[in-house]
Amino acid sequence: MTWLRALLLVLCLVSPVAALSPDEVLPDPVLEQRARHISAGLRCLVCQNQSIDDSDADLAKDLRVLVRERLVAGDSDEAVRQFLVDRYGEYVLLNPRLNNHTLLLWIAAPGLLLVGLGTLLVLARKKRVVTAGLSAEEQAALDELK
Amino acid sequence: MAAGDGNAVSIELGHFALILAFAIAAVSTVGGYTYWRSGQRIALVLSQGAVLQFVLVAVAFAALIQAFVTSDFSLLLAVNNSHSLKPLIFKISGVWGNHEGSLVLWIFILVSFGAMVAAFGRRLPDDLLALVLATQSLLTAAFSGFTLFTSNPFERVFPAPMQGNDLNPVLQDIGLAIHPPLLYAGYVGFSICFSFAIAALISGRIDQAWARWVRPWTMLSWIFLTLGIAMGSYWAYYELGWGGWWFWDPVENASFMPWLAGTALLHSALVMEKRNALKIWTIFLSIITFSLSLLGTFLVRSGILTSVHTFASDPTRGMVILALLALVIGGAFALFAFRASSLRQGGLFAPVSREGALILNNLFLATAVGAVLVGTLYPLLLDALTGTTISVGAPFFDLTFGALMAPLLLVLPFGPLLAWKRADVIGAAQRLIGAAALAIFATILISALGGVSISLAPLGLLLGFWVAFGAIAELVDRSRLGKIPLRESWRRLVGLPRTAFSTALAHFGMGVTVLGIVATTAWETELVTTLNPGETAELSGYVVAFDDFQQVPGPNYLSDEGHFTVTAPDGGTRQMLADRRTYVASGMPTTEAAIETYGFSQLYLQLGEPLDDTHVVRIWHKPYITLIWLGAILMALAGVVSLTDRKLRVGAPQRARKPVASPAE
Repeated sequence: MTWLRALLLVLCLVSPVAALSPDEVLPDPVLEQRARHISAGLRCLVCQNQSIDDSDADLAKDLRVLVRERLVAGDSDEAVRQFLVDRYGEYVLLNPRLNNHTLLLWIAAPGLLLVGLGTLLVLARKKRVVTAGLSAEEQAALDELK
Repeated sequence: MAAGDGNAVSIELGHFALILAFAIAAVSTVGGYTYWRSGQRIALVLSQGAVLQFVLVAVAFAALIQAFVTSDFSLLLAVNNSHSLKPLIFKISGVWGNHEGSLVLWIFILVSFGAMVAAFGRRLPDDLLALVLATQSLLTAAFSGFTLFTSNPFERVFPAPMQGNDLNPVLQDIGLAIHPPLLYAGYVGFSICFSFAIAALISGRIDQAWARWVRPWTMLSWIFLTLGIAMGSYWAYYELGWGGWWFWDPVENASFMPWLAGTALLHSALVMEKRNALKIWTIFLSIITFSLSLLGTFLVRSGILTSVHTFASDPTRGMVILALLALVIGGAFALFAFRASSLRQGGLFAPVSREGALILNNLFLATAVGAVLVGTLYPLLLDALTGTTISVGAPFFDLTFGALMAPLLLVLPFGPLLAWKRADVIGAAQRLIGAAALAIFATILISALGGVSISLAPLGLLLGFWVAFGAIAELVDRSRLGKIPLRESWRRLVGLPRTAFSTALAHFGMGVTVLGIVATTAWETELVTTLNPGETAELSGYVVAFDDFQQVPGPNYLSDEGHFTVTAPDGGTRQMLADRRTYVASGMPTTEAAIETYGFSQLYLQLGEPLDDTHVVRIWHKPYITLIWLGAILMALAGVVSLTDRKLRVGAPQRARKPVASPAE
């Protein structure tokens, strides 16, 4: 069903091509690497689930340039992200931060795993009790055999 | 082109056939649930009903295809999604490249599976068969009703326009012709497991035989879904133009969750079949797996993914699907809650045993389903409940899903080496020492060749090799290779049941996919540059020469073609053609990347938009990327091997009986 996703994607893009243009690339490879890493975690706000690194939308291009400007100005990675969150809200982060709103999201997976493990332990203990003796029915069947 | 009289008749005939199928399905549902105890007669009637539904929906589907192929623009659906200049294959695939048509495909596959149960299910007890077919009919009635009343594909326009609006160009691809039918076959195939679960709950007939009947259907659906997802991934990879192969998009997650649940179901049904244990859980998983397929349909079809607000502004379709969803899933779970306690628990086993290992597998897979489900729905629910918008994207899923899969993969090779009931984990570990040593050696070798760029890469590689070699270890162990003469080993190996090979192959395929994912993530290289014809660029030892740029007209598009010559590190040269197309009808552009395969790796070349009189060219080297899909193909192949095992065959020897229902035309 990826095709449907593609359809949505096309609606917001001029064309579905890779994003980064040569004119945006920073001369410093270390800084550029950091920019790419940050971009991959930022949402293209007008697109369907795409990072600004993947998107060809004009807004994504503006944001890519903005990220690079902040980096050149000496911001840390976290400061760049914070700068964008201040402007566009938490929605811009593809990896949501842990806060009141996302607490359930973050504890869901480990929580489920623990609940599952707990259930298994309880069941295993119960089963051991069961195995300890024969049920009345089984005892009767055994007596009959004797 | 104006509508010909013949077509007009066949469109209405198709419309009528779908209505009739709906009616028959409704009658079968009511009749089936009322009279399921009546023995052979009701089973026979419902079997005939199932075949009849299949024939009728096939007629409806064929009518739509004919209208598209002949460019009959008196059909609204064809106007919106077709064009007379479009190549034949895309006229046909255009039928399901839209909401209404894809629902008809969905129903067609549903009734195909129903008819298959009717055809191959003669050995089932009459009451179970009747209940299974009644449940299938319920689903057919629900979805054909939904289609007819809210999304009718047979709507007409008068006067018919001269030309259609064309199908979205991104969808005009061979991938679209194959991908949705495969995916739907997987999705919808799980309806059989669902129907079997409902039948078991109603009739109380749930035993090892039940698991044996359900497993081939689960396997068949799982094969389709595996191939469908892999196909979709590869399609996105080459068509969307930037070489991504998985995006954790909600629509992708919608197909991935049934796959995870179906994988868990395959494993738990095994325990039930062999040891008569995990019965309640297996029934639960059967219901969950199909419920996730329905949820996927809801997510995709309701438009809720684009935005909660679009959904609210035109809620008819979405609300109807949601109601259907609530009815089917809610009803199933109510029945489950009501009846599950009456099921007797079966065979006992120690925590360290084959059963224990399969339960561990189910624990991790079920948690992974939960994690993906929460991640997919959380932003929607948060927005609906509090108005806060957040994004849950790839980085989140990579982290949570990866953290759950790593331990599963780590213990995976132990599973097949453990005995049923009570096992010796030290003994299993001893038999895996060879695989572990090989995995460490291979990891060191590959890391040295590739260079360590991401700190986690060697660990990922180690995991992939461990799973792949561990899968083979079971075969080596069971054939006692190296412990007895080679010929004797060979005889033992050939004598192993097919299921041993399918298990090994499936787990090996999993390892291969992991290796592909890790390698391409760690060592992918990329070059974005501007080139003019005559200039060259270099990436990872490959020299790319831009030879020529041409503008060429295609059947329904104009094409800007870039011709390239690539010289590989070994000196061989190959021609590559990357183009950008502008579709005539819609004016929409697409890019067709050029991809060359070197061994298991690929060179991916994309011609970008013009920039100041030169061309933007993007080049990627993707090491071992094809392993991702090859692994998936191996897993599907393993499923096929398992289906050919005598015990599990779908068409297991059946009593001869006279054929049912001649086609109603």
